[in-house]
Amino acid sequence: MSFMTKPKVAHPGLPRNQLGLTRRDYEGGMSTLCAGCGHDSVTAAIIEATWGLSLRPEQLVKLSGIGCSSKTTAYFVSGAHGFNSVHGRMPSIATGAIAANSQLYYIGVSGDGDTLSIGFGQFAHAIRRNINMLYILENNGVYGLTKGQFSASADVGSKAKKGEANQQPPIDAVQTALTLGCTFVARSFSGDKAQLVPLIKAGMMHKGFALIDVLSPCVTFNDHEGSTKSYEFVRDHYDAVVHADFVPPANEITTEYGAGEVVPVTLHDGNRIVLHKLDPDYDPTNRGKAINYLRDKQAHGEYVTGLIYMDSKSLDFHDVNATGSTPMNQLPFAKLTPGAQGLAKIMERYR
Amino acid sequence: MHEAASSQDRLNDFAIKLANVNGTGSASANALLMKSMFRMGIPVMGKNYFPSNIQGLPTWYEIRVSGDGYVARSGRIDLMVAMNAETYARDVKEVSPGGYLIYDSSWPRPALLTRDDITILGVPLARMCNETFEGVRSRILLKNIMYAGVLAALLNIELDLMRSMLGESYANKKSLLEANVRALEIGHNYALAHFTCPLNLRVARLNKTTGHIMIDGNTAAGLGCMYAGATVGAWYPITPSTSLMDSFKSFCQKWRVDPQTGKQNYVIVQAEDELSAIGAVIGASWNGARAFTPTSGPGISLMNEFIGLAYYAEIPAVIFDIQRVGPSTGMPTRTQQCDLLLAAYASHGDTKHVLLFPNSPEECFYTAIQAFDLAERLQTPVFVMSDLDIGMNDWMCPALQWDDAYQPDRGKVLSAEQIAKLDKFQRYLDKDGDAITYRTLPGVHPKGAYFTRGSGHNQFGGYTEDSTEYQVVLDRLRRKFDTAKTLVPAAVMTGRGNQSVGIVSIGSCDGAVREAIDILKRRGIQVDYLRLRAFPFGKEVEDFLASHSTLFVVEQNRDAQLRSLLTLETAVDKKKLRSILHYSGLPMSADVIVTGLVAELGVVPVRSVV
Repeated sequence: MSFMTKPKVAHPGLPRNQLGLTRRDYEGGMSTLCAGCGHDSVTAAIIEATWGLSLRPEQLVKLSGIGCSSKTTAYFVSGAHGFNSVHGRMPSIATGAIAANSQLYYIGVSGDGDTLSIGFGQFAHAIRRNINMLYILENNGVYGLTKGQFSASADVGSKAKKGEANQQPPIDAVQTALTLGCTFVARSFSGDKAQLVPLIKAGMMHKGFALIDVLSPCVTFNDHEGSTKSYEFVRDHYDAVVHADFVPPANEITTEYGAGEVVPVTLHDGNRIVLHKLDPDYDPTNRGKAINYLRDKQAHGEYVTGLIYMDSKSLDFHDVNATGSTPMNQLPFAKLTPGAQGLAKIMERYR
Repeated sequence: MHEAASSQDRLNDFAIKLANVNGTGSASANALLMKSMFRMGIPVMGKNYFPSNIQGLPTWYEIRVSGDGYVARSGRIDLMVAMNAETYARDVKEVSPGGYLIYDSSWPRPALLTRDDITILGVPLARMCNETFEGVRSRILLKNIMYAGVLAALLNIELDLMRSMLGESYANKKSLLEANVRALEIGHNYALAHFTCPLNLRVARLNKTTGHIMIDGNTAAGLGCMYAGATVGAWYPITPSTSLMDSFKSFCQKWRVDPQTGKQNYVIVQAEDELSAIGAVIGASWNGARAFTPTSGPGISLMNEFIGLAYYAEIPAVIFDIQRVGPSTGMPTRTQQCDLLLAAYASHGDTKHVLLFPNSPEECFYTAIQAFDLAERLQTPVFVMSDLDIGMNDWMCPALQWDDAYQPDRGKVLSAEQIAKLDKFQRYLDKDGDAITYRTLPGVHPKGAYFTRGSGHNQFGGYTEDSTEYQVVLDRLRRKFDTAKTLVPAAVMTGRGNQSVGIVSIGSCDGAVREAIDILKRRGIQVDYLRLRAFPFGKEVEDFLASHSTLFVVEQNRDAQLRSLLTLETAVDKKKLRSILHYSGLPMSADVIVTGLVAELGVVPVRSVV
């Protein structure tokens, strides 16, 4: 349970990042999720990515809504402030928090119930505002805490544990995000750490709203035969299209992936994301083609994964607002009011 | 020639009403009339009764001229300008006996629509406009300025003053200025030539508006938000609160843009709905910015879930509720005080919230600043309970003042240095015994990190399902509400305090109550008056309730919500509380209170306890 504490014993030989911190310094409380839950793998990937980026723990803000996935913000980076808000409304909390301080890293963790049902509107509008955050959707097609109802991402024909088949068409978070103008859209699988960790790093460093839809099977309610969100089904219908690596400016670009073309993308702060196109015909900077590609693959029952679309030059929420560089929560009070003299001037208009 | 039948001289004491069609530009003419009398030093009040419509539906503007400075509606109409054919019949009926009606005599008026007890004056406004001006739109607009000219002659308003005010409005539009002045003069000259001017209703210079302004509450509240140092405003447009964010935005555009970089020192989020608006306020406040949302009743209904989160997780939030007529969509452009219980106990579970009750635009400004100080000091949502009457009507108020020594009260927020010295940060531990705990902001220090949650938590900030741990926090929240009693603005007592009869009221009822008290005094009835400025109620409220044997609770809703709140939250004997209720959607006038109180007092002997 999240109020349990893990023993903090760090082996002196553990590797350290640029801040001198080990992976243990990026852990959180003990997970209370079921053994084998995909979400715990995502948590591990977040720990790996934030450690790898050498983020100062207090520079990270963790946000979530309600549900199994939303609990996980308590399970990583305990040195970061966390906010477990209300069901489906994390994007508005994130909007306000980001409005108040543009200089922190924001990571939101949500589920398919949280994002695609009760919070669908907030999800859509956070994308429209292009708030600077990484939004991880831990997608398992099912409501876990209320014991196994279909979620809005369940595929037609996918079977519930008791055999009932879903009849309503699914909402595809990736296609939705693409049509809403999302500036970083990725899909991954909790079981593919090699793909997920670099995506998380890239998403953290992207300026604007980065969505990673992570297929994250529910071992208790949706991992059986007939489910399209089971470990087995996802592994069998997995089509990685673009692998992304995050590369800080000082580092040399090296590729460990054999096939495909390599395209470096420079971010606003000089960091780079290196895209390895596993399908040479795929263009991750063309929104329209990405949507068509996804639809074609979907018709064949394939989950396209990897970095599906990225726009590294978009204006984020603060750019559009023309916000000053000093965070709103740090502006000295003297800068915020025109004082008695100003008020006297203002009063003239009302005489 | 028509001459006034009434012999009663109404110098600087009358009410006029202007019946117009929405969207025809009457607002500027009506504002010109009111403001010109204000600049003559005469106290005035303007009330706009407008439809939930862009163009075409009837709209009225009421101006009360009161040398004595009364700000409530008078309850009478001494002069009606009937410009709307559609409402003509009811407008004629509404004129008080002995009063006047001005109509556009360009077209024949139905013979049936007349009265023997009022004076009816016809002015061929449309015909004169058509003869003088080109273009359909400008003819419609200038017809309004023309009746302002007519009224200037009839009421003795200084024409030069009106000319110079038009000059201020159209400083950069010479042709518009000329047309407006011409229309004004045509109306003025027509009245001088055809009627005996001025009427017995008339104005004469006073010096009672020096140091005063005419301002609406939403403008003043938006200005207050800027002065309070609010940097994040989130909202979803809803009548009648919209102009509050418009005000904040326009003041910020002027005063919060960095002159060097052109960058903004404020952020406004136009959210997708009120749920998101309050979410953004909570997120921003949690992250250390002063943040607010303006809304109205339907918005509060939607915000309930988040308000409970902010209460339980102890996050500041400032919410302006510009109340309008409910239930449901109700009448969006009419006024009421109908959200008192909704706001006081908003959200599921045991919750109670701090409410502030400004009585005027002036107090909207100061209350806005207090609201931020209280929200951050108490780490909880604070509601500013304004209403449409205060929020959207121009009131005469003393010019707003600012003390440059003011520093915002940011409450118990630990600095990096303070956190570094701690052994362990404990978010919900009552260290000072005032039930207010310390908080930290993200990004400041890794030792300050904690997990904010709406689920059960213990005093150390950890998740809990343990009954005792849960109750420790919940009981402290109740004690924090007791602390709030000592911090909120105290109720204001008027009168000697020793009468047996007391009036208790809030907000925009104040003007009507004060006028009623004067009327009652002239009839030999003395009452004490307590104007509540906040919930929770302080000791002074308990004392007033205890020391008066008969109490009249004056409020603007059907269900006596303030009376309910008093019976729930004080020790008062319910039987002592009588209600005077007004919930028509129009602002209250003194006669409602006088009539209600006198009728009740018929069975209650009035005597001084001394």
